[in-house]
Amino acid sequence: MNKNALFYLALLTGLLFLAQSLLNDYYQRVLAVVFINIILTVSLNLTNGFAGDFSLGHAAFMSIGAYLSAILTLPPASKATLMPQLPTWLGQLELPFVVATILGGLLAASVAAVVGVPVLRLRGHYLAVATLGLMVIVRVVAINWTTITRGAKGINGLPAFTNLWWVFGWAVVTVYVIWRLVNSPYGRAMMAIREDATAAAARGVNVTAHRMLAFCVGAFFAGIAGALWGHLITAITPHSFSFLITFNVVVMLVVGGMGSISGSIVGATVMTLVPEFLRRVETSLSLGGHPLYGLSQIIIAVTITLVMIFRRRGLLGGREVQLPSLFDRRRAAPRARIETTG
Amino acid sequence: MFSLPYVAQQVVNGLTLGSIYALVAIGLTIVYGILRLINFAHGDLLMVGAYLALALLLNTALPLGAAVLLPMIIVGGVGVLVERLAYRPLRGAPEVAMLITSLAVSSVIQNGTIMTLSAQPRAFRLPQDLIAQNRVGVVSFSTLDAVSVAMAVGLMALLTLFVTRTRVGIAMRACAENLRAARLMGININQVIAYAFAIGSALAAAAGFMWAGRFGSIEPFMGFLPGLKAFVAAVIGGIGSIPGAMLGGYLLGFSEIFFVGFLPPELSGYRDAFVFTLLLLVLLVRPRGLLSTGAEREG
Repeated sequence: MNKNALFYLALLTGLLFLAQSLLNDYYQRVLAVVFINIILTVSLNLTNGFAGDFSLGHAAFMSIGAYLSAILTLPPASKATLMPQLPTWLGQLELPFVVATILGGLLAASVAAVVGVPVLRLRGHYLAVATLGLMVIVRVVAINWTTITRGAKGINGLPAFTNLWWVFGWAVVTVYVIWRLVNSPYGRAMMAIREDATAAAARGVNVTAHRMLAFCVGAFFAGIAGALWGHLITAITPHSFSFLITFNVVVMLVVGGMGSISGSIVGATVMTLVPEFLRRVETSLSLGGHPLYGLSQIIIAVTITLVMIFRRRGLLGGREVQLPSLFDRRRAAPRARIETTG
Repeated sequence: MFSLPYVAQQVVNGLTLGSIYALVAIGLTIVYGILRLINFAHGDLLMVGAYLALALLLNTALPLGAAVLLPMIIVGGVGVLVERLAYRPLRGAPEVAMLITSLAVSSVIQNGTIMTLSAQPRAFRLPQDLIAQNRVGVVSFSTLDAVSVAMAVGLMALLTLFVTRTRVGIAMRACAENLRAARLMGININQVIAYAFAIGSALAAAAGFMWAGRFGSIEPFMGFLPGLKAFVAAVIGGIGSIPGAMLGGYLLGFSEIFFVGFLPPELSGYRDAFVFTLLLLVLLVRPRGLLSTGAEREG
């Protein structure tokens, strides 16, 4: 890592300290959700933006990560009352949060590897619907596998381990790993596949292996995000990870611009804060005594439609924002222009 | 357990459910055939149809036929409107752009319903003589089941006549085969696409009435699963093909009912998972479906 990146990392860390001491619980929670959404969006970008496979399975992988990590971090005492039918070794297991999170991510990635074998033979629309089907399958399993998941009741009373530092740390790891991956031969192969799979294959790129890599790494970080989310909200049910979550992450990705990591960060931040603000407006707003629930989701949906019509490639249009270089003037790259209107 | 009456009963159930899937799948398949768009908002039009039917049943003294027909007309209009506002500006855009837009349209319709009517489920009560059970020989079925199947078959027969005998219908098939060539032959593709949306949405509204009558309650998210399953049905039959959608709808209806009816009851909770596993199998073994049009592009 160069000096520049370290400087910005230190700056962000300082800001986070400031945020932690100045902001009240509500704003800290919103900030935590921003970071979780950054993890989700950046990881979905690897599959959808760089490898070009339009997956809608992120909620499924989140769900897997959240459930496994929840079972691993719950103290044995609460497991004995909540899930008495758990196998004894699992019932007595209590792992540190970070281990449970990583295992949740790994399980999500393994499921992606197994499901990827049939699903990644598809492209385009078929892949989108098959991954959406995966979400339905995961939900049905979570509802019916009651010995492990408590069925529709869900698991509550998760230890509230998730704080700003965990989500920030994982967001940094996610951005760093995906950045390095995208700017490696693997990433270039993925982009070649996105542009033209046949041409890439003709050039000797192993198309299936690279698509699989993108799918599994994306799923890994979705699992991580699910684990973080579960330990933030402290309760998970099969319906927590619904189509709505997938849709919102896709919106963040598309608004920021597919194929741009900084775009994903911008998109996730904007599309978390704006709806959160609107939701507060929504609860206080009413039309002739009639509450306007759902208004914020409608505004999000209309926004995305307008983005699709007028600025199809998102705010950053696949480019990256370059932060100003502070230490090495010679190599300072010109900053990318951010356009806000079509 | 597997006595003849039981099996016959399952066949009747499969036929009813299959009729619903077939009607929804037709709408998806004709739109996909022309635009290569998976219209995720299609299931939500089914929901709108069900709400309209309930409103008419509760608030007016209209005959039942009107409570089915009026929503079909209105929802058909809504479908055309959605196409005009959301999809037409995207003509020629990448497939993913249209896919995302249809997700957004779906969200707008669902949340619009929540905003105006609340997210609470509502009971969908039908007149007593429709729910009454009839016994013919060994099987029993409600009048609604019989009406649903008859209506579905009738609508499909009408649709078949439409696409084989009328100018617009023939133009529609031409567009599904090759949109560019059809346009070069002087076909007004915007008109054809509007017809496709109107017909598909009207059929979805009819299916919405049957679905709501079958399950007895309606809520703003009710369209998601039937919409998704109908897509599975369309893929099984060969997406883009109208007979394929009908075949796929009935095949899916039968296999879902048989899965629940003939396997151990512990498994019945997994029926939705089974449907999507079936989709994966079909896509692996015969990615173009059973009655492929052959016009499916790679990509």
